[in-house]
Amino acid sequence: MQLFADLLDALSYQPARNGKLRLIEDYLRHAPDPDRGYALAALCGELELPSLKPAALRDMTIARVDPELFGWSYDYVGDLAETIALIWPVTDRATHVPPRLSDVVERLRLAGRAEAMILMSDWLDGLDATGRWALLKLAAGALRVGVSARLAKTALSAFGTVGLEDIEEQWPQHEPPYTELIRWVAGGEKPAARNTLGFRPLMLSHPIEESDLANLTPHDFCAEWKWDGIRVQIAASDGQVRLYSRAGEDISGAFPDLIEHVDFEAVLDGELLVARRTDNAVEVASFNDLQQRLNRKKPNPALMLSNPAHMRLYDALIIGNDDLRPLPLRERRQHLEAWYAQRPRLRFDLSPLIQFANWSELVRLRADARASGIEGLMLKRWESPYIAGRVKGHWFKWKRDALTIDAVLMYAQRGHGKRSSFYSDFTFGCWRPIVDEHGNPGRELVPVGKAYSGFTDEELRRLDRWVRNNTVDRFGPVRVLSPALVAEFEFDSVHESTRHKSGLALRFPRFHRIRWDKPANEADEVETLKKLIS
Amino acid sequence: MALHPQHWLKPMPGGLYCEPGGFFIDPSRPVDRAIVTHGHGDHARAGHGKVAATAETLAIMGVRYGEGFARETQSLSYGERLGMGDVTIMLEPAGHILGSAQVVLEHGGCRAVVSGDYKRRFDPTCPPFTPVKCDVFITEATFGLPVFHHPPDKGEIGKVLHARELFPDRSMLVGVYALGKCQRVIALLRRAGYDKPIYLHGALQALTQLYETQGVRLGPLASVAGMVPAQLKSEIVLCPPSAIGEVWSRRMGDPVPAVASGWMRIRARARQARAELPLIISDHCDWDELLQTVRDVDAPEVWVTHGREEALIHAIQQTGRRARALSLVGYEDEE
Repeated sequence: MQLFADLLDALSYQPARNGKLRLIEDYLRHAPDPDRGYALAALCGELELPSLKPAALRDMTIARVDPELFGWSYDYVGDLAETIALIWPVTDRATHVPPRLSDVVERLRLAGRAEAMILMSDWLDGLDATGRWALLKLAAGALRVGVSARLAKTALSAFGTVGLEDIEEQWPQHEPPYTELIRWVAGGEKPAARNTLGFRPLMLSHPIEESDLANLTPHDFCAEWKWDGIRVQIAASDGQVRLYSRAGEDISGAFPDLIEHVDFEAVLDGELLVARRTDNAVEVASFNDLQQRLNRKKPNPALMLSNPAHMRLYDALIIGNDDLRPLPLRERRQHLEAWYAQRPRLRFDLSPLIQFANWSELVRLRADARASGIEGLMLKRWESPYIAGRVKGHWFKWKRDALTIDAVLMYAQRGHGKRSSFYSDFTFGCWRPIVDEHGNPGRELVPVGKAYSGFTDEELRRLDRWVRNNTVDRFGPVRVLSPALVAEFEFDSVHESTRHKSGLALRFPRFHRIRWDKPANEADEVETLKKLIS
Repeated sequence: MALHPQHWLKPMPGGLYCEPGGFFIDPSRPVDRAIVTHGHGDHARAGHGKVAATAETLAIMGVRYGEGFARETQSLSYGERLGMGDVTIMLEPAGHILGSAQVVLEHGGCRAVVSGDYKRRFDPTCPPFTPVKCDVFITEATFGLPVFHHPPDKGEIGKVLHARELFPDRSMLVGVYALGKCQRVIALLRRAGYDKPIYLHGALQALTQLYETQGVRLGPLASVAGMVPAQLKSEIVLCPPSAIGEVWSRRMGDPVPAVASGWMRIRARARQARAELPLIISDHCDWDELLQTVRDVDAPEVWVTHGREEALIHAIQQTGRRARALSLVGYEDEE
């Protein structure tokens, strides 16, 4: 448990991706089995432990320390788990051995709430402050140390000799503590395949731009819309179904309304969307609507009714017992169409092919595509087999042009890691009409988004200097800027949002150009942004 | 009949005043006669008439403020008695930083001890705190909450050495308070076997040099001025905590920012300081050490000054002693 606690502690302060990878890799090298497998499962958010009520943890602590001192301490620290970890009285360590992570997981998993509290109290006695904090985080379920499942698996790959895609393919066939899997990654024998429900790593595409098209021959390619959902794979066999995200995480539990319509045996590739059926058409909803579903591990019936899940199929990896992956896309598509034509399914449809004779026709079609749910175009070579990973020269994504707006820089904060001495995180705003206390009409700036990329290192240095010379106020680490610098920001789309003062939220905002020349009063109005809502 | 210190030791706007002795202890504004417990800026100020302190503290004040920092100075050795008016005073080691002292005051058959800032654990750069039995003990409460338990220094120093192995391409940039913490961290690194040159920010050099001339051996030290990131890979660089996020730190390339302070125990404080490596190394007592000290000096009455007084007063009262807050303004939480 101590090694795992030290890992969580270091991760919680480590802002950089590479730093996190190094820490996890180092842990995997030093931690024994089966602890390290449970640690990976915890980082991937896969451990389901009985959740302990904060009130119960608090009572357990007050039984040991003066309630008044506890109250002052909690007020000061502000976080319950951290307060308990720090204030827990140190007992004679000789009689309390620190638990192993595997003990904690295995025993807590089987324990009821009351028994879990007894176990916790005993373990807290054996650990130091960092260990107690880690134990309480583990029991609380969410580690919140800024590590995704994919990052944890990437670290596992760097620790061993097996590629990330191979790990992701194997992963769903195993369960915590992943002992066999880790042994294989560390150089041992590959585990035998167990079932056909496993995840097959996806074939990915490369970005291209219009200027790249000259090097490609139009009739070698099929074109499809690039749908604005999340890429998924569905695997169904022997009456069982799994829905996987692009990184191989099993997300079946979040989409029962899609799963219940599966009555086939196949492994299919497609886009998960929220889509509503009207008579004969399927209307794709905005990514925002899908986001609401993605936020819920177990959706309620009302949400499933208002935001129904839908899968738009691109490709077939396996149908029945036939592995289609070695076949060219042209043939896989024929198999997919024939299979679908036999019996269309309510929550599934095929991603239609776009007919085009030459590139200029496609350029025109793309320029006109502003419909909700379309993110651009996909170009796929008809001859491409289905190959895991980002293979060169087969599939291309051609995103639609970003939207842009001129906005005024309002607040700045320093970045992290390499950028910790630079003001690199900006909040920007647009104008909105107001009436002042004397009844005179005027304008005010309201924040519309935050951006921290899209500039060069040279521009960052200049921005940083500008921030230091144009600060009018400070709130903690935040500098309030003189409303004088305009930048052109790019973003993929705008949505309505109740969370922001402007009532809007931008998707992927980033700097496009800094307009050192443009006066602030010529920046755009909030109204202009509203017209771009998709 | 003994004359209780509440009649002759009083908090005034300028600091703690001893009436029958005619002097202030650690006054925050210029006074005629002052006793200074240690060299930190909020306790040792320039511009007093006559200052009595340990020779080391006077030397520190000289480096900080220039030789004319007071009209007259008087250096006192630990244990040496000095009569001031009707009061006898004596300085005893406080274990806080080099030269730090408790002030023992005797008057009218009573003894009061003003501990200044102090700590109880081993510090290679100064003599350890000596408990003195007294009628009234005046203690600070910087870490006066039971959430503060400083872990062993060795493990904290070990974190820096481990990070060097983990990130061999980066320098270790450790934020330290210029007086005391800086030299202690260097000394602890040496005890952990680290013998390479340690690089210093310009603001740390004068006081570190002073420690060396006072006989504290700190091993090879170098200035970081003029170095480029490639030269500093895996090296340890010390700087004031505020320099970590400042333009100055860019010469480090992509350093591992560490901060050595008792406040690093609290996660929000560590994140605020932008530490990737929070090192819980303090020159103040933690909660248990504060209470242990009250037991050691065995005073029936304790006055609690700067810090989180209410919790400490509550805990001392639970042990059957009298305890009250002594409001003194002008001292900081800095360490």
